[in-house]
Amino acid sequence: MKIAVASGKGGTGKTTVATSLALSLAMGEPDQPVPPPPAFLDCDVEGPNAHLFLAPIFERRQDVAIQIPRVDAAKCTACGRCAEVCQYHAIVVLGKRTLVFSQLCHGCGSCTLVCPEGAISEEPHAIGALEAGPAVRGIPFARGVLNVGEPMATPAIRQLKQWAISASGAQGSVVILDVPPGTSCPVVEAVRGADYLLLVTEPTPFGLHDLRLAAEVAVELGIPAGVIINRDGIGDAGVDAFCAAAGLPVLLRIPFERAIAEGIAQGRTLVDIHPEYASRFSTLYQQIVGQVISLSRAGG
Amino acid sequence: MKQLVILSGKGGTGKTSVAAAFAHLAAEGEPPVRAVLADADVDAANLELVLSPQPLETHEFVGGSVAVIDPELCQGCGRCCDVCRFDAVIPPSPDVGRRGQGGEGRAHTIDPIACEGCAACVYQCPEEAIHMAPQLAGHWFRSDSRYGPLFHAALRPAQENSGKLVTLVKQQARLLALDGGYDAVIVDGPPGIGCPVISAASGADLALIVAEPTAAGIHDMERVLATVAHFRVPALVCINKADIYPAGAAEIEAYCHAHGVEVVGRIPFDPTVTEAMVHGEPATAYRPDAPASRALGKVWQRVAIGLECHATS
Repeated sequence: MKIAVASGKGGTGKTTVATSLALSLAMGEPDQPVPPPPAFLDCDVEGPNAHLFLAPIFERRQDVAIQIPRVDAAKCTACGRCAEVCQYHAIVVLGKRTLVFSQLCHGCGSCTLVCPEGAISEEPHAIGALEAGPAVRGIPFARGVLNVGEPMATPAIRQLKQWAISASGAQGSVVILDVPPGTSCPVVEAVRGADYLLLVTEPTPFGLHDLRLAAEVAVELGIPAGVIINRDGIGDAGVDAFCAAAGLPVLLRIPFERAIAEGIAQGRTLVDIHPEYASRFSTLYQQIVGQVISLSRAGG
Repeated sequence: MKQLVILSGKGGTGKTSVAAAFAHLAAEGEPPVRAVLADADVDAANLELVLSPQPLETHEFVGGSVAVIDPELCQGCGRCCDVCRFDAVIPPSPDVGRRGQGGEGRAHTIDPIACEGCAACVYQCPEEAIHMAPQLAGHWFRSDSRYGPLFHAALRPAQENSGKLVTLVKQQARLLALDGGYDAVIVDGPPGIGCPVISAASGADLALIVAEPTAAGIHDMERVLATVAHFRVPALVCINKADIYPAGAAEIEAYCHAHGVEVVGRIPFDPTVTEAMVHGEPATAYRPDAPASRALGKVWQRVAIGLECHATS
């Protein structure tokens, strides 16, 4: 079961929800044997923050690299075929020289394949790093970190998912993905393959506007979704009306409270500030499982 | 003409509320600063919600292209599948082949969401069965707001190329500002530090970082400050919701002091900001005497000096 926590709008409480959901599942139910903890993936590679709350000890590290072309000047005839096929203008021919702009390169390899002289080889260009290790309550934690000045978050997210989901042996168990804000390529890369999309919003016009977009992403990708309303009580009733009209279940409400805001600011988790949320998140997880199972039965 | 970009790293720290207040304060200041406004958060554009713009022009934005395989021509050799590094080619299901549906049973297909638009498969297909189809990725708009011209955009959900659309929106704002003799372009930026942020910050004369005194907000502020420094854009910092966690605000000030970045104001947590948003107005217009509005006024004065706008108006 892979649950992606997303929002559209930034700062609505994705990481607050994702970290407390993970901790609640790792604690298990009272009087029950403690279940294996869920795996946690921080996919917000531009602004990864979950480590501030789950305190992982990183034991494994790997570069995120894309394969960029390297042109052998001795073999290159400056025919320009590479520049012709590159969709990203990352390789250009100026006079007799072929230049590569690594920050525009998507690492697709098309230039290498078309070069009639076999003058192009590829070399890895590091754009970030992947890190993994155990966090509090034994949660297997992994994150990607994009290097400052590098534009492309998507390959870092793609490689994080391949690396961490296979390495943690997480097949069959629960994986929680903390997704970056927005609705474009990095979000799609993070939520692809998820069984459920948990949308965190706030009851304001900005929150509503961006929830609509995030809900469209869920429809576009065919992933069932539910909503958590954070900072409940500020703003207006627009989000509730939208959820009712769109058939999106509101699974949890977290009221606006200064104590919560202050605690989160200090790097405390919601279940640490208010332990009663552990059972609320466990119930929420059961609701998600129920919704996913009933949909998969309905779908055949 | 000067260009200001408002960034934060972490989302939800108040970039758009600050940008809306600046639009109001610039237009109604004494003397006024004539500004063109640009919403560069094309994934989740919210500035229009508080500036009630009247749309003047709508344009289609064609972003990248995705590959399409002609099932009539595809012979099922699988070369496309071999060269695609983005797992975007879906081989035919073995069941379909067995049912014997003619040539189409062999055809590979493309997952348009996974397709990166690199066209490697197009050039490798021996049957020339693949072509690139441009995708309508969104729209961009030129509008009139009560505080000046606004350029904004709406990216369709799950689309690529938001960086390209950011660049387009900003270029349009800049062209109008130059043509119309405006004093400034105010760019409301996206969260993060990647492609859309780099596009929003490029060419800016000044970046204002809206930082939040939280563990996550401070961490991301440091990353966005490093990003704008990398691209040689000078930065100022203001602290929003500064009183939620005073120790965090002090940490921001210490960090900025150590890195030679000026902190130009502390905006207190104030429910007025959300109320103003619900009323579709900048906080400074909705309730000028509220604590947040007064703090925003001081931040704007300092930013306007940083932009050297006052002298030109």
